Amino acid sequence: MGQTIAEKILSNHAGKAVYAGELCIVPVDGCMATDTTAPLALKAFKEMGGTKLFNKKKVHLIIDHAAPAPNERIANLHMLMRNFAKEQGSSLYDIGSGICHQVMVDHQKVQPGDIFMGADSHTPTYGALNAFACGVGSTDLAAVMLTGKIWLKVPQSIKVVLHGKKLQPGVSAKDLVLEVVKQLTISGATYQSVEYHGEAVAALTLSQRMVLCNMVAEMGAKTGIVSPEGLELPYAFTPTYADADAIYSRVIEIDAASIQPKIAIPNSPDDVHDVKKYVGTKITYAFIGTCTNGRLDDLQIAASILKGKQIAPGVRMVIAPASRQVLIDALKDGTIHTLIEAGATIINSGCGPCVGSHEGVPGDGEIVISAANRNFKGRMGNPNAAIYLASPATVAMSALTGFITQPITQ
Amino acid sequence: MPFAHVYGHNIDTDRIIPGKYTKTLDIASLAEHVMEDLDPAFHQKFKKGDIIVAGDNFGCGSSREQAPIALKAAGVSVVIANYFARIFFRNAINIGLPVLEIPDHDIQNGDELEIDLLNGIVKNLSQNKKYNATKLPKVMLDIMQEGGLVNYLLKHKDYILE
Repeated sequence: MGQTIAEKILSNHAGKAVYAGELCIVPVDGCMATDTTAPLALKAFKEMGGTKLFNKKKVHLIIDHAAPAPNERIANLHMLMRNFAKEQGSSLYDIGSGICHQVMVDHQKVQPGDIFMGADSHTPTYGALNAFACGVGSTDLAAVMLTGKIWLKVPQSIKVVLHGKKLQPGVSAKDLVLEVVKQLTISGATYQSVEYHGEAVAALTLSQRMVLCNMVAEMGAKTGIVSPEGLELPYAFTPTYADADAIYSRVIEIDAASIQPKIAIPNSPDDVHDVKKYVGTKITYAFIGTCTNGRLDDLQIAASILKGKQIAPGVRMVIAPASRQVLIDALKDGTIHTLIEAGATIINSGCGPCVGSHEGVPGDGEIVISAANRNFKGRMGNPNAAIYLASPATVAMSALTGFITQPITQ
Repeated sequence: MPFAHVYGHNIDTDRIIPGKYTKTLDIASLAEHVMEDLDPAFHQKFKKGDIIVAGDNFGCGSSREQAPIALKAAGVSVVIANYFARIFFRNAINIGLPVLEIPDHDIQNGDELEIDLLNGIVKNLSQNKKYNATKLPKVMLDIMQEGGLVNYLLKHKDYILE
């Protein structure tokens, strides 16, 4: 019987062929928690009787959600993480390292074919690497830290095929994934794996593939996995393909070549429209960063739009490079210089204002255009602000004009 | 008898407990802010032991376990929904907040409910109706009966599927 990519990776780990709907216990190749989820996980780990990690090389703690610490309460939680890592001899990625997901990929802590558990809902991002990665809560993560295992229900898979070779000018993976979120809705992939196929996907870089998998969280999915065609990595790997006769709960075919720039309007990531419908909406705050769109290519697109220009008066633009590596690369090639000259504010590599903890909370009545993945009410720390989600190109163009603006066609 | 407090579809974890409050181990402070962006009057209406009832996809969004922890700390005895977002569902059971999936229930705000957790049966005393919750896999039922994953692992040391 044919298998999906999720079924294959889980079967490889379970030591037997497993199919959608079955429960299985699988060994985990790596796990991580952040300063939002690690403190509770460390507490649960101790309560479970945990004294030693199942494998100190496979457990990663990342300080990214409120880093550097904005207050004493969070500073003490960060110390808790540092002390635990020191005690256990495990890795601790301290402030400035970057956003957990980018850090895990930059440091090759997750690789094709792996099963990875992260105490953060956007962990499926690693599906870009043709891996099975799931978001879990703190207590599940604590159990992984202790046992090296997790129990899972093998998910059904939704096959999303993105056809077409060339995207429209100004369109990137963010616009494609917003269209998929729109079609599947915020709950349409609940408990399932979203498996990406098609020539438009095969043509994407790793960074752009990460965008596609990142936002399966906004479809309710358990994981998202990209078929490995065209995947280029700096190390040798064994790709996992779906069988031709694999069984899918649903198949969605999209003509990627005809997709126009997209925008998700307040207050749900699945309320997606063409940007052109909202052109002219006044904005005062533009944000580029996050695990969705804070990578080098995202910053470069923004810099290419803002080069030699100034963001509109009355607009502030905040940029959080996704990791230290991204920041170094963007410094080296002049991207950061261009962005700062255009009037942008560069903040620490980390989650920044996306989760409303610090570094750029919007004021009452403000309209934000953001390259992030969520625009729930209160998401950026103020329930009286409105958040629009779009690609880095659309965010940069809007920062330039002060109004929601279509990215320039080349 | 506990009363139902009914909310809609797709209640995300940012609305259950905003991200700005999550970075803490002070459980009482989580309870203080629970549901505040969704329903600022929550604490005035809600009595310890009452029940949260929702539609589809309750608890979507962030993986923050602070969401079920905050609900439990505020005295929520059980959450009923048509269905739950997957991480919230696991988290709730892992931390000992009972959750029941009842697709297409018609529970109204203020309905008085009687819950039989073990058998997954909810009696709606106000409407004189009975609902059966979706059966949980054994491993989840066992974790729920132990009051959470910590106790489960202390007792069993490992997961047991069958």
